Amino acid sequence: MAEQRTKTPEPWLDPHAEAYIRVENVTKRFGNFVAVNNVSLRVYKGEIFCLLGGSGCGKTTLLRMLAGFEPPSSGALFIDGQNMADIPPYERPVNMMFQSYALFPHMTVAGNVAFGLEQERIARPEINRRVAEILDIVKLGEYAKRKPHQLSGGQRQRVALARSLVKRPKLLLLDEPLGALDRKLREHTQFELISIQERLGVTFVVVTHDQEEAMTLASRVGVMNHGEIVQVGTPRQIYEFPATRFVADFIGSVNLFEGQLSEDEPDHVRVRCEELPAPVYVDHGLSAPPLALCWVAIRPEKLTLGRERPVGTDNWAHGVIRDIAYMGDMSVFMVRLDAGREVRVTQANRTRKPEEQFSWDEPVYLSWDASSPVIGLG
Amino acid sequence: MIGGRKFFVPTMLAFGFAFLYVPILSMMFFSLNNSRLVTVWDGPHSPTLKWYGLLFQNRQIMGAAWLSIKVATMNACASVVLGTIAGLVLARFGRFRGRTLLAAMTTAPLVMPEVITGLAMLLLFVAMEQLIGWPAGRGITTITIAHITFSMSYVTVIVQSRLANFDDSLEEAAMDLGARPAKVFWRVTLPLIMPAIISGWLLAFTLSWDDVVISQFVAGPSSTTLPMVIFSKVRLGVSPDVNALATLMVLIVATGVVFSALAMQRQEKRRQREMQLANE
Amino acid sequence: MALRAYRSSSSRRRIPRRSGLTSPWAPLWQLFQRFGPPRWSAYVRDHWIGKPLVTLVPMTWLVLFFLVPFIIVFGISFSQSVLAIPPYEPLWSWVDDKVLALRLHLGNYNYLFTDTLYISSYLYSVKVAAVSTLLCLLLGYPMAYGIARSTPTVRNLFLMLVILPFWTSFLLRVYAWIGLLKNNGVINNVLMSLGIIHEPITMMQTDFAVYIGIVYSYLPFMILPLFSNLEKHDRTLLEAAADLGSRPWKAFMRITLPLSIPGIVAGSLLVFIPAVGEYVIPSLLGRTDQLMIGRVLSDEFFANRDWPVASAVAIAMLILLVVPIVIFQRYQNRELAHK
Repeated sequence: MAEQRTKTPEPWLDPHAEAYIRVENVTKRFGNFVAVNNVSLRVYKGEIFCLLGGSGCGKTTLLRMLAGFEPPSSGALFIDGQNMADIPPYERPVNMMFQSYALFPHMTVAGNVAFGLEQERIARPEINRRVAEILDIVKLGEYAKRKPHQLSGGQRQRVALARSLVKRPKLLLLDEPLGALDRKLREHTQFELISIQERLGVTFVVVTHDQEEAMTLASRVGVMNHGEIVQVGTPRQIYEFPATRFVADFIGSVNLFEGQLSEDEPDHVRVRCEELPAPVYVDHGLSAPPLALCWVAIRPEKLTLGRERPVGTDNWAHGVIRDIAYMGDMSVFMVRLDAGREVRVTQANRTRKPEEQFSWDEPVYLSWDASSPVIGLG
Repeated sequence: MIGGRKFFVPTMLAFGFAFLYVPILSMMFFSLNNSRLVTVWDGPHSPTLKWYGLLFQNRQIMGAAWLSIKVATMNACASVVLGTIAGLVLARFGRFRGRTLLAAMTTAPLVMPEVITGLAMLLLFVAMEQLIGWPAGRGITTITIAHITFSMSYVTVIVQSRLANFDDSLEEAAMDLGARPAKVFWRVTLPLIMPAIISGWLLAFTLSWDDVVISQFVAGPSSTTLPMVIFSKVRLGVSPDVNALATLMVLIVATGVVFSALAMQRQEKRRQREMQLANE
Repeated sequence: MALRAYRSSSSRRRIPRRSGLTSPWAPLWQLFQRFGPPRWSAYVRDHWIGKPLVTLVPMTWLVLFFLVPFIIVFGISFSQSVLAIPPYEPLWSWVDDKVLALRLHLGNYNYLFTDTLYISSYLYSVKVAAVSTLLCLLLGYPMAYGIARSTPTVRNLFLMLVILPFWTSFLLRVYAWIGLLKNNGVINNVLMSLGIIHEPITMMQTDFAVYIGIVYSYLPFMILPLFSNLEKHDRTLLEAAADLGSRPWKAFMRITLPLSIPGIVAGSLLVFIPAVGEYVIPSLLGRTDQLMIGRVLSDEFFANRDWPVASAVAIAMLILLVVPIVIFQRYQNRELAHK
């Protein structure tokens, strides 16, 4: 979604582009525990970059280091070319939107938003103008005189956003921005966030554990696990071209098979998997050592269910439908293959005709085409 | 046993509150007694307000009361400043050399028997007078210094516990928005712990207003506090003007406590209503 | 309403921000920051001003007015009483103008250990304090429990009722008991007029009176920590216990009571430690034939004018109480650091 909405070129593909935010070999230790392990990242101006990972993966620690609340144990952070070492949070051109919003309960909405500007010794009329401006952008103009406890959750979030944007920071850090909102509000706010970001041109770094949030918001996603960056890419790249088994499994659902290379040619690769009756044929080469052990990942939506045996010697399997979850717009099928392995298949419910729909305990054939599987070594 | 439980706790509650209040109420009741013997009710001539009148004419008591107010106010103000700083340091400054010492010095006065503190402070003042000539003699200054030293512990504990409950992210947010640590304290932390500071002020005031033992040690010949006067009177037995004084104090305190409790309740109700409205 | 993009940082912040001093030193400081070695000014700013200075303020006060006095008491406990002002001998003196001689007179401590008055006073004080603490706990625990279990509005009322006596004068409240316990006091008068007794019961100047006095004065100190602990208990624990077939009494003994031990410890120490050294209550209500150690100290000091012995008594009392005090401090630190 994100990379199609603007026509801006993708700076991460340009080898000469200057990274706006540079994280270079940053490590953070708390006693014996390594929270962030030798992470290096480049974030470009105007991006929305998402750090995605489960709890304890180090994403929040990395965010806090960018904000200045924790000094890195080793490594350096650069924002717009300036080394942030020894620069305290109140002197950085960075603002943060906290997970709990951290609104000052004893100040009004306008007071909260103006707080940051007051620290810069800007003249009062100018402060008022900018506060009114940003409140309009987040659509809270009439709530300026209210106090935080008089606002709903969604309104408070917008105040927090306004407060962190009014100083026009070079970098805005968002810590689980949509976590506290209910489902409907979350969707709506996702798009609002994107449109505000485009309008103001601020670089965002968002930390989240919610894949959907990351996929919708981000121009690029950095997947983290155990303090390390496992893969960085656009949402599509992460999803369709996972670099490791962990990423394949973490993002969305996936069917993973262990296998061994039987053929590796420049134009194709064949993998034999124990659990599949036929080899997996992929239409590109891998240049891997011969007979290397590998894993094969196939996304559920790439599998097709059929009642007849597919033509061809590769890329098919046979099993029995064990479970069906009907979601309205699509259905999820759990198919037990002949070899015993269970596989997840999703399929849009294209037809309303009952005789064309599959049912429990029906024997089916699964097939996929040669570009669908992702193969990784190790 | 099970059925008995139902009545045990309420009975103890009733007994406990009766235990707490009967002496106070009896004291107030007998302040209206005309008889000098206080507890022997002089039917024909009572109830009377004569002891209240005599109280206000009693120079010794009035003078001592005025002195006590002065000392208590100075003590409360200074204790609040020192205690808040100490509470802030202990709650927010992390580990530093001497932290255990500071923590120990702020919790020890809470339980230290007053005779020990009183003796220690007097000996200090005597030694200081010998060494540098100040404080010259015992008086308001020494009493106030002594009171500040033990009151600030109470303020420290109150402030420290309030800060411990404080959401850290508010201070971080303020720093993130460009405020230096001192600014953060003045504009964010301090306003939010103000209720704790106020109750600390009141507590310090009460402790000073009420102190007998330490005052006896460190007071001088010309500076007698109200509790000291009362104490020397009641050692000899009951005295009706003390009853009158006690009644006045109880009424003042009770009014204050009840009013503040009602005010807080009303404010809390309003807050709840506003929060509900916002979420609709 | 197009907002400008942020400007680059190069024009700003080459010089560290002003430290906000508006004193006459400000221009000097700015010069220093501009031309002085950059690391230095940051070092000075971070290390000498700010946190250390703030920490020093209460620290200095307490060291000077709390710690030093105890050292002095300790020192004087080794001195001897003389007829002078101040009435104790200095601990050190010059000998031949070159040698500093330190004289420690251990007689005071010897006196404490051999004279039965002191030993019996200490033991008596500990006994009285312990009994009072126990009684206070027996009364305070059910009260705290009841308050913790009541509905919020009632609870606030109860708390207010518990705290209110605390704000009124401690001295006057003890005085109130004199009026009740005297031979011609209220209790005796009521009992006699009801015909239950024919002669007044002697209640003043007894152990009983002291127990009542201490429990009465320190009850809020017992109730509040207990309440604060009991209130935090998860109600569902007891419901789970009931669901598993436990009787209320058993559930109390095996769940509530063990969880409330920190509250019990805190409340008990808050009562026991000061009670050992109590002065006012035993003076007004207590026995004249057996004194508590607080009175002994006071008498040594004021009546006998024997400052060294009084100091020795104080130090001995401190040593006696040091273990409970340390336990209390540990508990306090844990409570305050927990959150």
